[in-house]
Amino acid sequence: MTSATTKSAFWNGLRDGLPFIFVVVPFATLFGVVALDAGLTLAQTIGFTVLVIAGAAQFAAVQLMLDNAAIGFVLLAALAVNLRMAMYSAALVPYLGSAPIWQRALISYLNFDQSYVTSIAKYEAEPDMSVPNRVSYFLGVSTAIAPLWVVATIVGALIGKAIPDALALDFILPIAFLSLVAPMLRSVAHVAAAMVSVIVSLLLISLPSGSGLLVAAFCAMVAGVVVETWMEGRSA
Amino acid sequence: MNYSTGEIWLIIAIMAVGTFAIRFSFLGLIGNRPMPPLVLRLLRYTPVAVLPGMVAPLVLWPAATGGQLDMVRILSAVAAMIVAYRSKKVVWGMAAGAIVFYAGLWATGQL
Repeated sequence: MTSATTKSAFWNGLRDGLPFIFVVVPFATLFGVVALDAGLTLAQTIGFTVLVIAGAAQFAAVQLMLDNAAIGFVLLAALAVNLRMAMYSAALVPYLGSAPIWQRALISYLNFDQSYVTSIAKYEAEPDMSVPNRVSYFLGVSTAIAPLWVVATIVGALIGKAIPDALALDFILPIAFLSLVAPMLRSVAHVAAAMVSVIVSLLLISLPSGSGLLVAAFCAMVAGVVVETWMEGRSA
Repeated sequence: MNYSTGEIWLIIAIMAVGTFAIRFSFLGLIGNRPMPPLVLRLLRYTPVAVLPGMVAPLVLWPAATGGQLDMVRILSAVAAMIVAYRSKKVVWGMAAGAIVFYAGLWATGQL
């Protein structure tokens, strides 16, 4: 019985991950094009995509490598872009903390924006979900995304500049992230957090590689809790 | 690009290890131990605290227009949010955003 339900959790995750094909394919293809254009070999491009598996940080690294930045600076800037994932990692603890360590390691490897937000939305909507089902669901979402991420990068590296810029595929990413986050705005506190996040991140836009976003995210979390507490105080 | 092959692989290797360490940090090391209630409350806002701030500059100052405000992108972002919010379905929001975006690009002669 248990194995049947974890199987269906996996398939549900896979289904919920499928819409991201429209984000992952253009984004990964573009990375393949850019990386090869910058002078990486096909093996290095695949290495990046398989080992690092974090789109925004990969783009940041290649961009800095094009400018021949010092290696330490490339690493620092690209890893700073990924620091938001420490917040994701912490936010998953209440849901997945009791899973076996190898499953937590596997999920950590596959923890990127789409898999994280899709899964956490499911966990919040269905608080009674068992831990094995949560793990299966996460792996289902990732299975819809991660292999395709690698394949599309290779395709991009092989076909090069055949994709016209006029298609403006880069804007599919913001559209997807907004569609992900909009259904999660279910209280005044969530809306307040989102607004603080937008305002602070725009104000700090000139800070290097993602550090403004970290400050914005922290301010937004505090704003969410403050408004939540205030609303509770009013209704009590 | 002036890096040697070894240097490029070094960058890839350290980024791989560093990124995994960031992702494994809390989930791997805290595991089943309880976290302070205030931290748990803060973390509940993680998705709505990170994604809007990440996306806002991409919507308002898109690289594709050289950082100029673009009504088509703003309207398509609004359409995606409204439809996703009302339907509670990510895929409908994406569809609405994409339709408004490409219709807008076509109507303004950018496609």
